[in-house]
Amino acid sequence: GTDDHSSDLFWESRINMIHFVLLVSRQGKVRLTKWYSPYTQKERSKVIRELSGVILNRGPKLCNFIEWRGYKVVYKRYASLYFCMCIDEADNELEVLEIIHHYVEILDRYFGSVCELDLIFNFHKAYYILDELLIAGELQESSKKTVARIISAQDQLVEAAKEEASSISNIIAQATK
Amino acid sequence: MNSIFSGTRLRDMIRSIRACKTAAEERGVVRKECADIRASINENDPHDRHRNLAKLMFIHMLGYPTHFGQMECLKLIASPGFPEKRIGYLGLMLLLDERQEVLMLVTNSLKQDLNHTNQYVVGLALCALGNICSAEMARDLAPEVERLIQFRDPNIRKKAALCSTRIVRKVPDLAENFINAASSLLKEKHHGVLITGVQLCYELCTINDEALEYFRKKCTEGLIKTLRDITNSAYQPEYDVAGITDPFLHIRLLKLLRVLGHGDADASDLMTDILAQVATKTESNKNAGNAVLYECVETIMAIEDTSSLRVLAINILGRFLSNRDNNIRYVALNMLMKAIAFDDQAVQRHRVTILECVKDPDASIRKRALELVSLLVNENNVKQLTKELIDYLEISDEDFKEDLSAKICSIVEKFSPEKIWYIDQMLKVLSEAGKFVKDDVWHALIVVISNASELHGYTVRALYKAVLTYSEQETLVRVAIWCIGEYGDLLVNNVGMLGIEDPITVTESDAVDVVEDAITRHNSDMTTKAMALVALLKLSSRFPSISERIKDIIVKQKGSLLLEMQQRAIEFNSIVDRHKNIRSSLVERMPVLDEATFNVRRAGSLPASVSTMAKPSVSIPNGVAAAPLVDLLDLGSDDIMAAPSSSGADFLQDLLGVDLGSSSAQSGATPGPKAGADLLMDILSIGTPSPAQNNTSSIDLLSTAGINNNPSNALDTLSSPAPPHIATTASAGGMFDLLDGLSPSPSKEATNGPAYPPIVAYESSTLKIEFTFSKPSGNPQETNVQATFINLSPNTFTDFIFQAAVPKFLQLHLDPASSNTLPASGNITQNLRVTNSQHGKKSLVMRMRIGYKLNGKDVLEEGQINNFPRGL
Repeated sequence: GTDDHSSDLFWESRINMIHFVLLVSRQGKVRLTKWYSPYTQKERSKVIRELSGVILNRGPKLCNFIEWRGYKVVYKRYASLYFCMCIDEADNELEVLEIIHHYVEILDRYFGSVCELDLIFNFHKAYYILDELLIAGELQESSKKTVARIISAQDQLVEAAKEEASSISNIIAQATK
Repeated sequence: MNSIFSGTRLRDMIRSIRACKTAAEERGVVRKECADIRASINENDPHDRHRNLAKLMFIHMLGYPTHFGQMECLKLIASPGFPEKRIGYLGLMLLLDERQEVLMLVTNSLKQDLNHTNQYVVGLALCALGNICSAEMARDLAPEVERLIQFRDPNIRKKAALCSTRIVRKVPDLAENFINAASSLLKEKHHGVLITGVQLCYELCTINDEALEYFRKKCTEGLIKTLRDITNSAYQPEYDVAGITDPFLHIRLLKLLRVLGHGDADASDLMTDILAQVATKTESNKNAGNAVLYECVETIMAIEDTSSLRVLAINILGRFLSNRDNNIRYVALNMLMKAIAFDDQAVQRHRVTILECVKDPDASIRKRALELVSLLVNENNVKQLTKELIDYLEISDEDFKEDLSAKICSIVEKFSPEKIWYIDQMLKVLSEAGKFVKDDVWHALIVVISNASELHGYTVRALYKAVLTYSEQETLVRVAIWCIGEYGDLLVNNVGMLGIEDPITVTESDAVDVVEDAITRHNSDMTTKAMALVALLKLSSRFPSISERIKDIIVKQKGSLLLEMQQRAIEFNSIVDRHKNIRSSLVERMPVLDEATFNVRRAGSLPASVSTMAKPSVSIPNGVAAAPLVDLLDLGSDDIMAAPSSSGADFLQDLLGVDLGSSSAQSGATPGPKAGADLLMDILSIGTPSPAQNNTSSIDLLSTAGINNNPSNALDTLSSPAPPHIATTASAGGMFDLLDGLSPSPSKEATNGPAYPPIVAYESSTLKIEFTFSKPSGNPQETNVQATFINLSPNTFTDFIFQAAVPKFLQLHLDPASSNTLPASGNITQNLRVTNSQHGKKSLVMRMRIGYKLNGKDVLEEGQINNFPRGL
């Protein structure tokens, strides 16, 4: 909680939100990082180093939660990738597991049985999809279909712009021949 | 487009980076790419920007610096096309954070994009703003965002809602502007909008009381209906997760209801039915259902008392606890900790299961369970729970022993029904996990043992037996050695046998074996070895028949490579050899250690005395609060009080004469000039006299009668000229001087009456109290104290009153103060007369309370003064 504000309205007064999202490969390579709370670049690398160390070394049958510096990190492994989200202690860990799964399903649908390579070469797409899922560390959309529709509408905008650009450059090329 | 300088494509760059076999190779590739990107940035070709930024983001993820690309993000965002903006905003969110000044430059572009005709551009801007906006940007752009909450397209409405969430977190003052817009979102059918709308309302409720009241009045019933509809809804493939329609929406609705119900019986009443329905009807065989149940339990426990619901909630947690899924058990343990607050009994029923969780292979679960168990301990179950935990300590993973043993110790200390039980349990912990036990814990054990005089024999025998088996447990060895040194005679003679004990045969030589073992074992640390040496010195007097053997062991240490050990060995040898007449009194049993004061110091909650080594020990800035074991132990207080830290641990270290675990000693470096002399002093319970008061302090420290009254006492001979150069006795010559120079002639100062240095008796941010002392001739028991109260604040204190209390051995008389008004930066004085009936044995100590009015308000300050010069 960098966004601490005191409130005695209810018993857990900390903000409930996802502070960051991290995708790390089994080899410890970072595949995606998204920060919703302010961390300096230095802090970011430290967090990544620390957490990937802990998570990669955890045994397979243990629970998916790590208590870490007063926060909780919920992680889940899909094939060679660990999806991690850092939340506040009072947050609903089980729901965050569902959010991770939700994200993975959307990625899967988008790439057509997603694998790590998709997320390496199209890392920006993974970010775009995450941005349709979370804003300000909060869930934005519970319908996978809706996310897919909005992403594809934007992809089409990009495609259209590309086509336009290439047709213009063809015209210019023709004209200057 | 395809300019000659376009460099590699993103895909090719990623490939070549992935092809690198070593980190150095990767650095090389990245360096070259970064150089190309910089060159390309300098050329300022808009067509390359998109690709440059994509590359930079990839490089950034690998952990390389990419700050030089930040401006490119801004340029891309400012370009007209959607593709450029899309990558520009992505880069902005990845490469920058809200604390960077550069971010402010984007405010204008954001404002334009929030008003863009293309809704996807608006979406990009909302997303960026919602993820990284600073308070300043939040203020600037809040009106735009508020307007967008009502936008025609739901995609924009939901983004605006979450963006508002961030805005009100950053600037809580803006909350009320959003109340109306937020409440309109609660009527939506679109799940995305509803989810984000509920989230925004939740946020507003936690920030703003007005919002909370508003939503409670206007929206509770509507929200309940929404929750009921969604709970009862038919199968909807778009939102179905494991048989539950939109668990995410469920959870957010439950969360908002929690805030609305908390502290409001009427609202709580309204939601009872639906909560009961969710609690009973939700499928619990999949994670999604359990996530909803978990949230429902949280809400039930937070809203106003509806006991029937709480039974439901506790039952759910009970089921969770016996679930085979580790995740579910983990959250159950978490929730049960909260449930203790209102239904301890219900949680106690699950004690056996919870104890099992302490033994779980999963560290996260163990940790939670251990926390929970420690909350469940009470006077009735402490023995049983402790037994279970200690049994487990024997077989637990090494890396869990530290946490576990710490928790057991704290439970045992807190709930111990009797001393013998406490000692037994602590011995078990030290035997199993002694190397993990913190200093303050074993120090506390020694204090307790010291106080349990009827158990001295029992304890020393139990420790002797334990240490034979668990000689690798450092702290166990230390406690054992200390006790053997103190109570060795009880060990060999089976003195004070309890009914439960089996007699054991321990010869004097057996007892010395244990100590010798500790001193010669190569992995014993400095503290242990030093304690062993002290124990040997003590035993040389307790066991005269084998004192030659003991002497041999001590002499061997003269060759120790550790300077401290060497010095002690030489000094002790000298005592054994040449001062037989005083030896027995020198090494008398330690007086009973004061538990109360030790605990106060241990708690460490009070301000520490802040003087440093560099300062002379006589001028202690603030002796208040560091309660004195000193007078009780008749120990040298000066160096203790002057030590940089006043924690109980350090203190007891001094008391045990083992102040040498310091890095300087261990690294074999020469200890500071002070250490050597101090140590000897400590060991002999002498303390380090400061030149100004050396003679008196040594007297006190030796636990003997007063200075001049009893010169026949052998120990008094020590009183005389403890030489002023004592602090430099690191040289061997100095040491012998110290012991040889014990002439019985009283020192000059002792006859003339020493001068006592003034002290700062108390100091807070507003008030300082100084004491100066004088002795009326003829009555050494009496001391006149002039107290000067100095107002450090810029305000006047009125109705100033100083009160003081002293222990029974002191008598106190207060004269009226010079005034009861203390002007800003001014001072007043007051005379006190103290009569010390234990003069020469005990030091002055005083509790005080100061009351005054500051700006019409009553102020009370309290403290304990324990830095009186010795000998008053």
